[in-house]
Amino acid sequence: MGNEEAVFFSRVLTELTLSFHIIYATIGVGIPLMIMIAQWVGIKKNDEHYILLARRWARGFVITVAVGVVTGTAIGLQLSLLWPNFMELVGHIIALPLFMEVFAFFFEAIFLGIYLYTWDRFEDQRKHLLLLIPVALGASFSAVFITIVNSFMNTPQGFDIVDGQIVNISPVLAMFNPAMPTKVAHVLVTAYMASAFVLAAIGAFRLLKGSNHIYHKKAVFLTMKLGLIFAISTALIGDFAGKFLAEYQPEKLAAAEWHFETEEGAPLVLYGVLDEEEVKHAIRIPYALSILAYSNPFAEVTGLDQFADEDIPPLYIHYLFDAMVTIGMAMIGLSFIYLIGIWRKWTFIETNWFRWLIVLGGPISLIGIEVGWWFTEVGRQPWILRGIMRTHDAATTSGQVDKMLILFACLYLVLGVGSAVVLSRMFKKNTVEQELADRKIEKAGDSFDT
Amino acid sequence: MTLEIVGIFVLWLFLFGYVIVASIDFGAGFFNAFSLFRGKQHILNSVIQRYLSPVWEVTNVFLVFFFVGIVGFFPKSAYYYGTTLLVPVSIAIVLLAIRGSYYAFTTYGGLKDKRYTYLYGLTGLFIPASLSIILTISEGGFVSMNDKGPVLDYWALFTSPLTWSIVVLSLTAVLYISAVFLTWYANYAKDEAATNLLRKYALIWSVPSIITATGIIVELRFHNLEHFTRIMDLWWMFALSVLFFAGTVFLLWKRRAYGFAFLLVCGQYYLAFFAYGISHYPYLLYPYLTIYDSFTNEAMALSLIIVFIAGLGLLLPSLYLLLRLFLFNKDYVQGKRDNHA
Repeated sequence: MGNEEAVFFSRVLTELTLSFHIIYATIGVGIPLMIMIAQWVGIKKNDEHYILLARRWARGFVITVAVGVVTGTAIGLQLSLLWPNFMELVGHIIALPLFMEVFAFFFEAIFLGIYLYTWDRFEDQRKHLLLLIPVALGASFSAVFITIVNSFMNTPQGFDIVDGQIVNISPVLAMFNPAMPTKVAHVLVTAYMASAFVLAAIGAFRLLKGSNHIYHKKAVFLTMKLGLIFAISTALIGDFAGKFLAEYQPEKLAAAEWHFETEEGAPLVLYGVLDEEEVKHAIRIPYALSILAYSNPFAEVTGLDQFADEDIPPLYIHYLFDAMVTIGMAMIGLSFIYLIGIWRKWTFIETNWFRWLIVLGGPISLIGIEVGWWFTEVGRQPWILRGIMRTHDAATTSGQVDKMLILFACLYLVLGVGSAVVLSRMFKKNTVEQELADRKIEKAGDSFDT
Repeated sequence: MTLEIVGIFVLWLFLFGYVIVASIDFGAGFFNAFSLFRGKQHILNSVIQRYLSPVWEVTNVFLVFFFVGIVGFFPKSAYYYGTTLLVPVSIAIVLLAIRGSYYAFTTYGGLKDKRYTYLYGLTGLFIPASLSIILTISEGGFVSMNDKGPVLDYWALFTSPLTWSIVVLSLTAVLYISAVFLTWYANYAKDEAATNLLRKYALIWSVPSIITATGIIVELRFHNLEHFTRIMDLWWMFALSVLFFAGTVFLLWKRRAYGFAFLLVCGQYYLAFFAYGISHYPYLLYPYLTIYDSFTNEAMALSLIIVFIAGLGLLLPSLYLLLRLFLFNKDYVQGKRDNHA
């Protein structure tokens, strides 16, 4: 030890970079799919409103993708700069998906450039839409490969350690580790979900700010519908993720659920606060934890009593876990009520307070993404590579990390403010009404099919 | 050819690709700022914007490819370089981040500001300067081992003439490569005023670029004799490189075949870059790290190479499409098309 300061600042800097990057990365993974769907709907219905929707989203997307690219470069390098011992070890085993991610990103970057500069270049819109497929694929596969590396950190496999030496390395086995299926699926659908709700929030905001254009109503309807689909998928995959944790990372599940004693028919602890070792003000749902973990109300769930103190993650991850699940459920509820309301023609859907809820849904979904990542990262502590390498053994020995923390904090401030200002100016200056008039396409459909 | 050699060759090739495309990009930003300063921006602006817009993001990927690849093929380099390079690389990341994102903010987001154009131009000089320091460190003599691990001696690094000559070389090379490329591009766009101005820049920066390059070889003799001796064994590669240089200057002078002149520049730097790389062999970091003791296991190396070949199969046709649509499309280059979203 004796390196506590460097470890502490390395952790803070990594957390800061990831927390900032994940906003842009999530949007970067989800939005191309949304653009694709909008453009496709536009072509199919021959409705210029959806085409314009795709076009305006694409314009905004470039700004977020730029910040995503540069912060992604930052975290890529920071892995080696802040965690050199970790990268030296895992470079031997899990470098393959990192390398694949570069190609996915390369592929996406090339076609994004082409897609952006070929609007109206093709007679047939469908040809232009084809160019977006590699962008969406590249974006999603980047997420897949990076999440594979993260799942490897949770359930490392594909190698043996003999006398401190790593032997029998199988890069492919390392990639297809037990955490990979649920984690990859969870990351992808939550990215689609959050992106859909962010776009819905933008549409609802414009409606609140006086524009009553059918264009925005179509946008909100489309994105809320997609949001609901992905939110429900998220809940289903979340259930599988719980079962995975019970099997492979029981200490993470036990800490997240404040499940201290190993028992059969375990109750689920919702909310509450921890006072010393005592849980107060919590809602207990009998048998629910056993059901969540093993689909069997009487199954035995391992508690924290089975683990040494130094192997248990911090117990505050319970709050993060609850926040994540609550946000997911709230977004399912909100989008479900909205869609039922549209179909049954409930008028409160069109009221200001309900639209404010939709606007709130955007940032709240992103907070859901943040707490989800904090939960999974803090929940893996004290390990950086579970069971193999502890976080405090992985960090750099450099004494300059605190200064770099300040440097990067300033950078993210500049990028965050810059991207927000640019995005809002971009769309304020060039309103939908203006652009539709310019393009003389008011003739497009004036109602939306439900 | 061993797996180690295949790995380092592929990485070095991509780093060369980055040197060329990033030089064009950095130089373009600088010339744009400089011409604004001299009140001549109207001459260069459209040519530079039209080239940069669809390709800026691709440039960055070459760099990402290199550093992800080096950790993959040579994991031990993550330990040595990761520990010692925290500060210089962090500074480079910050500059790259500001440059990349603000490029998008101004080009697509309509954020127009003169100060920003200057800032953008200057980052184009600071980034190669901070990245080139890594090459200096790799020559050895600046990193020592203590009980915790490798440490970088900043005082020795920043007082060494070698450091500053490599910084100056990186700057002159950036401006020279960029000017030659843009001369061709402006000529291709039939923009006579821009062609003449950029040709002048190319000729101005040609001599400093060759002088600084020669200077470094001389300084290496005092700093790292082993490396210097190996460079001398490869004298013919450097001689060929100088010949290519002379060819470029001749063509520019005679206002002939700008496209071929740019190919000669690429050839010149390819030869010099690879001669430098080969003479650096087998060291990644003198005297601690060679490509052999830092190499990954065979299974990983083979799978990386397979992925690399598969990836190239995907990338080369895509890159070709990108170049055909923008770089070699006369209508686009001459500004007759603008289909931006």
